[in-house]
Order: sequence, then structure tokens, then C-alpha cells
Amino acid sequence: MGFDWSTNGPLLWTAAGETLYMVLITLVAGGFVGLTIGLGLYLTRAGNLLANRIVFTVLNVLINLIRPVPFIIFLVALGPLTRLVTGRTIGIEAFTFAMCVMASVVFGRLVEQNLVSIDPGVIEAARAMGASPLRIVRTVIIPEALAPLILGYTFLFIGVLDMSAIGGYLGAGGLGDFAIVHGYQQYDWAVTFVVVVLIVIGVQLIQLLGNTLARRALRR
Amino acid sequence: MSTPIISFRDAVKVFPGTRRRPEVRAVDGVTLDIAEGEIFGVIGYSGAGKSTLVRLINALERTTSGSVVVGGRDLTGLSESQLREVRAGIGMIFQQFNLLSSRTVAGNVAYPLEVAKWPKDKREERVRELLEFVGISDKAGTYPAQLSGGQKQRVGIARALAANPRILLADEATSALDPETTREVLRLLQRVNRELGITVVIITHEMDVVRYCCDRVAVMEHGKVAETGDAYSIFSSPTAPITRRFVATSLRDRPSDETLARLRERHPGRLVVVGIDEVTGSTRAITQVFRDQGVEPAVVYGGITEVAGKPYGSLTFEIAGPDDAVAAAIARLRDVTAVDDLGTAAAPAVEPADTEPVETDGRSGPPRTRVIGAQDYGMLGARGARLAGPDPLIIEEDD
Ligand SMILES: Nc1ncnc2c1ncn2[C@@H]1O[C@H](COP(=O)(O)OP(=O)(O)OP(=O)(O)O)[C@@H](O)[C@H]1O
Ligand SMILES: [Mg+2]
Repeated sequence: MGFDWSTNGPLLWTAAGETLYMVLITLVAGGFVGLTIGLGLYLTRAGNLLANRIVFTVLNVLINLIRPVPFIIFLVALGPLTRLVTGRTIGIEAFTFAMCVMASVVFGRLVEQNLVSIDPGVIEAARAMGASPLRIVRTVIIPEALAPLILGYTFLFIGVLDMSAIGGYLGAGGLGDFAIVHGYQQYDWAVTFVVVVLIVIGVQLIQLLGNTLARRALRR
Repeated sequence: MSTPIISFRDAVKVFPGTRRRPEVRAVDGVTLDIAEGEIFGVIGYSGAGKSTLVRLINALERTTSGSVVVGGRDLTGLSESQLREVRAGIGMIFQQFNLLSSRTVAGNVAYPLEVAKWPKDKREERVRELLEFVGISDKAGTYPAQLSGGQKQRVGIARALAANPRILLADEATSALDPETTREVLRLLQRVNRELGITVVIITHEMDVVRYCCDRVAVMEHGKVAETGDAYSIFSSPTAPITRRFVATSLRDRPSDETLARLRERHPGRLVVVGIDEVTGSTRAITQVFRDQGVEPAVVYGGITEVAGKPYGSLTFEIAGPDDAVAAAIARLRDVTAVDDLGTAAAPAVEPADTEPVETDGRSGPPRTRVIGAQDYGMLGARGARLAGPDPLIIEEDD
């Protein structure tokens, strides 16, 4: 039994479009907020540029509270906030919002871990040259950690794709929903197979892109 | 000395303790003046507080109490943005170079110019000029990862000089380099000092660095300055025990215990260590004494080097001849320079240890007397005391 392109083809592309939509928005919003959180954690850590116990502790606790919660449970728990922000608790917007929150937290931690590896001596040198903290972030911290940050972002993409697979629970559609509804529940293995192939190819391409960019950023 | 460009007054830096570690008084009441245009060395063992001391100069650390005045400006009480201004006027180089790996050589050198908001064309011109000065014009487009240590430090120096500082701070700038490269970098720092008139503060734990290029030096221990002086007198008449230890590590002209034992096997006669300094540098006076007394000297150990551009070191002679002639020669030598009589293999001389340390007043005249504890060289064991010059000078026991 092959893949029935005439009936399932259009559904597949719609699902792929939904996934792309959710993933891209999450990557942009989660990437931005995550970078901010990660920088905040890094800068406010004791001994660092903007050391601040209170801010650090708040961010740290927040991340530690959210990150371990399985996403499917987190979706439910976040319900009230989701309604407050998007006006609904189901649908693609509501689901994307939840993904953005989780992605921010995950990426925040990733960013922090990557920044920790920056040689403090370089920051010290910039400080000795009279650079302000904001300039140091812009011209030293981010450029110096660019390669691992790109790899971290690539990792985030795959994580977000993974999260998006359960979009069906909130009626958000997407490839995961398509594979379950039209593949698993219909005993149509071809559908599942095509979805898997599509995702594997996508992930491979992104990983390749991420690796290439990171290597170029390394300057060695 | 005109008004110092850097002056510390009772400067204290305390790092507060935490649950895991006690508080550290990294700089503990330092009063020190550094003159405009000199190369000033700060030497001390690891943890002595050298880095913290220089970091007070460009306000990377703020004093806990006391004051630091740089270029007439008291840093205590300045706002963070005022301090950034001060920092921009002081260059700094580091042991690990601390170059931005994401920027080319030219990009690194341009960094402080960007901070100082120089226009792009002026930046490029200045970068070219600086790379020329430090001798790496051909590396402008290279990334730091592809440079050798010496080249990296040259970039560091070019970057530190970019914004026309009046002061250059060098924190262990040569400690990661081999001896040959160290010399090159030190020569470059001397050029910075002489050709550009920049005051250079060099932190080091190697006396050789001081010997090679410092005008004056402060010896630090436990956050305090143990001794300050011009480089030559620090070598020729160190007073603090720690200074003597440093001097001993730099000039290996005197036989150690083990070396002395071997020397005695080969040369059973009378062994004498004769100090060489500015006055006896030519050794002519010494040769004259030997000739007058009709004794036969043979050099068996020693070394003469330069400290602050002047000859310095010692020679160990085996003196052959009639006993009374040898004794007379040694007595005459003592009038000329510092002498350590080691005796013979059969009757090794161990000069008696002093019971009481004697304070000496400030000495004037040519520095031909030396106050180097023989124990520092392991020559006479822990009991060593050393007589130097016409008037005996007695050294306090080392700890
Ligand atoms: N930021 C800091 N927080 C706490 N303690 C510090 C800090 N910086 C330095 N210290 C402590 O202050 C003392 C002096 O340190 P400093 O780095 O000035 O010594 P140093 O003479 O430069 O040594 P080294 O030759 O190892 O570089 C040390 O005991 C060190 O542990
Ligand atoms: Mg240090």
C-alpha cells in the first residue's frame, strides 16, 4: 500500500504548513526571549559583569520550575495564562504560545551554558579598554560565543519540532497530528512513513546548516 | 621626583568572605608612587596581590579604603562611567593575551578605538601605524588562533597602545612565553617606554624580567610592599628576606650546597666568592690584589650579568699560595668588594651565625657593599651570615 497522494497529499502540505508556522514563530520568539534570559542569567551570576543575586535567583528558579515539566502537562498547566494572552486555550495560537514559553526557558538555559565557556579574560580586557556592559554584550560576549550559540539554536529547532508533534492535543494540527489521525489511527503506515521521512530530511538540512554556520563562526 | 603619575596611599582591597572561603586582604595598606616615564616592576610570589594592585590602577577593582590617584585624578568616588573614561586612557596587556578570537588582528587593535568612537578612516590609519610599530603588519587580516604567543602579545600591546594611553599595565605579560620571546616582548615594552614616553608597570614573578628592563621595583608579599627601590639596589643590597630569595633565583652565580660539595672535590684549596659590581666590574682591582700578594687564583664558578645596565654577579676563585699570602689577599679583597671565604676542603669555613640582627642605616656612595644572606644561596646553610665591604654589615636571619 503506497501513499495516497490524491487524498492525503493536500492534507500533508497543510499539516506541514502548520508545523512550519508553529516552529518558525516559536524559534523567533523563543530564540529572542531565550537569548535574553540566558544573557540575564550569565551576566547576573556572582562575579560577573552585572552580578545581582536577586535577578539571578529569580531567573534560575523560574527556569528550574518550568523546564522539567513534561510539555504535554505544561500545556494544561499554562492554560490560564494562555487564555489571558491569546484569548483561547485551544487552537494553533494557544499551542504556539505555550511552545514559545517552553522554548524560551529551554533556550535560556542553553545560552547560559554556552556563555559560561567564554574566557573571562576577554571580558576583562574589554572592560580594561573602557567598554560599557552593553557594548561588551554586543561586541564581545555574543561574537565570542557565536559558534556554540548557533549549535544551541539548531538544537532548539529540533526540540521545538519535537514539541510541535503534539499540537493535535490542542487542535493545532501539524505534521504530528496528521501522522496520528491519518496514519496511526487508519493503520496507514505509508502516511506515518512519509511524515517521518519529511521530518528526518528537514532536521538533517537544518543540522547541516547549523554545523556549517557554526564552523564558519569558529575562525580556527 | 616630580608629581607621580600613579600614587597609592594606604590602599586596601579586601575581598569579602563567603560561606566557603574567608575574606582576603589582597592589597593591605600599600603606599607607593610611580613616576611618569619610568618602567616600574611589581614582583612577588603567586597570591601576593600583584594583579589586584594593578587592577586598582585602572579601577577594574575599587579600593576598600585608602586612595589611588592616577594622572592627578583620585579614583575613589568616581562613578562607573567616569571610571570607564579613566580605563580608556590606560592600556593593559595580559598573560593569556585576552584577544578577541572572533576578530582579526586589525579588528582587535581597532576595538579600543571603536570604544573611543574614532571615525572609521582614522581607525584604519591608526591600526596600520600600530601594527607597524609592533612589527606584525603582515598579520592584519589573521585571526588570533593562527598566531604564536609572541605575535599574540604584540597584538595585545598594539591594542593597549591604540587609544594613546599614558600608562601601560602589563600583568605577567611574558609568563606564557619562552625566554627568547620574553626578551623580544620586553624589548618592545622598553621601546614603548622610551619612544612613546609611556609609563609602564610590569607585574612579574621573575626577577629576570626586573633585571632586564625595570627602572624601579616594588617587592610584594601578603598584600604589602616589602621593599621598593631602583632595580640595581634591589639586586645589590636587598633588605627584605623575600627580596633576597628573589635575587637568589635570578642570579645563579653562587654555588649551591651540592655544587659547593662537588667544587671542593675538584678544588681542595681555598675557595673564595668575590662580588662583582659596578666598581669591580672590570675585575682589574681584583686581579691587582692577587698579583700584589703573589697568589695564584683560578676561577672555578660564577657569573657576571647586567642589572639595570650595570655589571653584577660574583666569581668563585680557588686561591693557591702560601697560607699567609692567601690570608692577606683575602683581607685586601675585602677592602675592594664583598667577599665570602669558604675555606678549604679540609677546613671549610663556616662563618658564625649572628646572634642579633643589626640595623643598618641608609647607605650612600657606590653600591659596592652587598647585603645578601649567604643562606639564601644555601652556601653556609641556615647559619650563614655575610660580611661585606669595609664596615661589616650583619644580616638578620632568614625565616
Ligand atoms: N575576585 C576575587 N575574589 C576573591 N579573592 C580574590 C579575587 N581576586 C583575587 N583574590 C585573592 O586575592 C589574593 C591576591 O590575588 P592576586 O591575583 O592579586 O595575586 P597575584 O600576586 O597576582 O598572584 P598570581 O601571581 O598568582 O597572579 C589571592 O589570595 C586571591 O585568591
Ligand atoms: Mg596575578
